[in-house]
Amino acid sequence: MKNRLKVLRAELNWSQQDLAGRLEVSRQSVNAIETGRYDPSLPLAFRIAEVFGLTIEAIFHKD
Amino acid sequence: MRTNWSPAVRRYLKRLAVLMSAYIALIFLAGYLFRHNPPHGLLAYGLAVLPALPIIGVVWTAMRLLVEETDEYMRMLFVRQNLFATGFCLTILTVWEFLQNYDLVAPGNGGFGAAFFWFMGLGVGAVFNRRALGAGDCA
Repeated sequence: MKNRLKVLRAELNWSQQDLAGRLEVSRQSVNAIETGRYDPSLPLAFRIAEVFGLTIEAIFHKD
Repeated sequence: MRTNWSPAVRRYLKRLAVLMSAYIALIFLAGYLFRHNPPHGLLAYGLAVLPALPIIGVVWTAMRLLVEETDEYMRMLFVRQNLFATGFCLTILTVWEFLQNYDLVAPGNGGFGAAFFWFMGLGVGAVFNRRALGAGDCA
């Protein structure tokens, strides 16, 4: 699964740590999701979507 | 050194420190008593098992970390690490057992029991996680 996290984060000028704080996860988690090494659970994907004010499909998509 | 540990990892490290301190104290106590004033009967069994209790506690605290860690990615890393350690330990001990069965190595474990290999497996599991996922922040 691919995602637009890095782009969305850059648009808001947030660091990985900033996003991690908003999601209440570790920076390592954000890095792993962003680089596609880890696919988040549905609840975490919903939290990510909520933080950016978007739908899950607008952030995550199939390869 | 990583300082932004999660509350679950901090609890794990505190428990680990307490249990390992207890283990060191009990292993010396049991060794001293068995050398200088050996107990008999049930007391001997109790004293012999005493140092095993903190080790069992360490296994418990490793399992508690899996329950208490709220960061799902970190929890996944810890689960992988624990599974790796279990497989590593079982592999070593199974090979060792068969070598003993055919008298290719001396009987006994030379003081290196299952817990030793499991803990070693946790360390190797952390390296495995780092290599496989580029993550090295395992407890």
